[in-house]
Amino acid sequence: MIKVERLVKWFDGQQVLHEVDLEVATGSITVIIGRSGGGKTVLLRHLIGLLRPDGGRVLVDGVEVSRLRGRALDEIRKRYGVVFQGGALFDSMTCADNVAFPLREKLHLPGTEVAKRVEAGLAQVGLEGMGPKYPAEVSGGMRKRVAIARALITEPQIVFFDEPTTGLDPILVNTIHHLILNLHRKLRFTAVMVSHEIPEIFEIADTVAMLHEGRIAEVGPPAVIQASTNPVVRRFIRGEPEGAEGT
Amino acid sequence: MTERPLPLPLRLLDAIGRWAIAVVEALGRFGTFLAQALGVILTPPFKFWAFIDRINYIGYRSLLIILLTGGFTGMVLGLQVYLTLVRFGSEAFLGPAVALSLIRELGPVLAALMVTGRAGSALTAEIGIMRITEQIDALTVMALNPVRYLVAPSILAGLVTFPAMTAIFDTVGIFGGYLVGVELLGLSEGTYFGEMQTFVDMSDIMTGFWKSLCFGVVVTWVCTYKGFNVGHGAEGVAKATTDAVVLSSVLILVWDYFMGSVLP
Repeated sequence: MIKVERLVKWFDGQQVLHEVDLEVATGSITVIIGRSGGGKTVLLRHLIGLLRPDGGRVLVDGVEVSRLRGRALDEIRKRYGVVFQGGALFDSMTCADNVAFPLREKLHLPGTEVAKRVEAGLAQVGLEGMGPKYPAEVSGGMRKRVAIARALITEPQIVFFDEPTTGLDPILVNTIHHLILNLHRKLRFTAVMVSHEIPEIFEIADTVAMLHEGRIAEVGPPAVIQASTNPVVRRFIRGEPEGAEGT
Repeated sequence: MTERPLPLPLRLLDAIGRWAIAVVEALGRFGTFLAQALGVILTPPFKFWAFIDRINYIGYRSLLIILLTGGFTGMVLGLQVYLTLVRFGSEAFLGPAVALSLIRELGPVLAALMVTGRAGSALTAEIGIMRITEQIDALTVMALNPVRYLVAPSILAGLVTFPAMTAIFDTVGIFGGYLVGVELLGLSEGTYFGEMQTFVDMSDIMTGFWKSLCFGVVVTWVCTYKGFNVGHGAEGVAKATTDAVVLSSVLILVWDYFMGSVLP
């Protein structure tokens, strides 16, 4: 289980997270929604250990990751897979080498085993035969899928997705969401996803947390969030412009 | 309750104090970065192929500019030194004058400046783009140390390529001086090379070698540090690249002076 307790973060005199509390159940898909600039990615980067909080703590299975450094933090990160917003693929490597990279460098597997797993990993995300291409030679949707294949190739226990569908057309958004859902059913990882995709994420999430101006406005199953009477949540999920009254 | 503003002298002192703390912090980060890199250079696993790739990136790809600048520097030296020496009837010393200027001073400094302009800026831009596109974060969350993959191979490659580029620069420069002094101005070949053997000794060559070795570390250290700590977006990368080239160039000249005063 991932537990966030009273998390506080400041950037240049501006408070971005205000005592955020959140729990992510093991094996669930938790989606953090909220407006741009609301602190979603900052929260996610604390969970991954890329940012250190100014207050509060992040616990992963009882271990306070927000206090860990060096090798101790790396040990926790070995259980992680991360899909970054832009994919963060190594542009000097082919798609196959990107997927193979964690196997070679983290697990030190032999070449034949790496090749076998990479082929299976790319097939799993529907990219058979695309291995020799460079990230710049494939479409945005394909890059996201390569990033997902890379994040899952070491079979992590916890996978973080930072807006995995941003900039994709609606068909690709659904394709990626269903891909994540199918892989989650198959591999049973705990997923934490930051997303703007309303209402699509309600189909795949077990829990939805709405982050507004650095505070958790509401948390619950998709049905609860969709039926929420909280005006901030209602306005966001209906996409009402600023200043408009909810009906 | 509102705080009373400090009197002007105290405000000045406060500003100087803040500036000094910021400078010390920046120097601390800069030093820690090098210490981290040296730490991973000395501990396995070693990234041999990344090191070879960096030799190609920093050294081999700078070869053409080194050949061109080395050749023309030697030719300019040959012409100007000849015109000066001929006034004193000492044109026989053209060979050693060109060779000593290149080996002790101009070779290490100009080769380092050229490699900084070509490879150092590219190194900062490459790492800076990796930073803003989260490729460095991707390495970090894979529990892999980005310093081991991106910085250590570059610093090691700097230690190999800067002396090599300097040696090439010196050699081509000496032949550039030969071309002007012997082929164009009529000095005898025996005088040009013979006097060089008399006046240039091993300590001169070692002076140039130690300088180039230090420049190799300084340039790769500064350029990778600036790339790692890039600001936001394309503007951040552009600023980091400019800062890296300017700082490396200034440090080359400052360090050259200090080494010149210390080395024999």
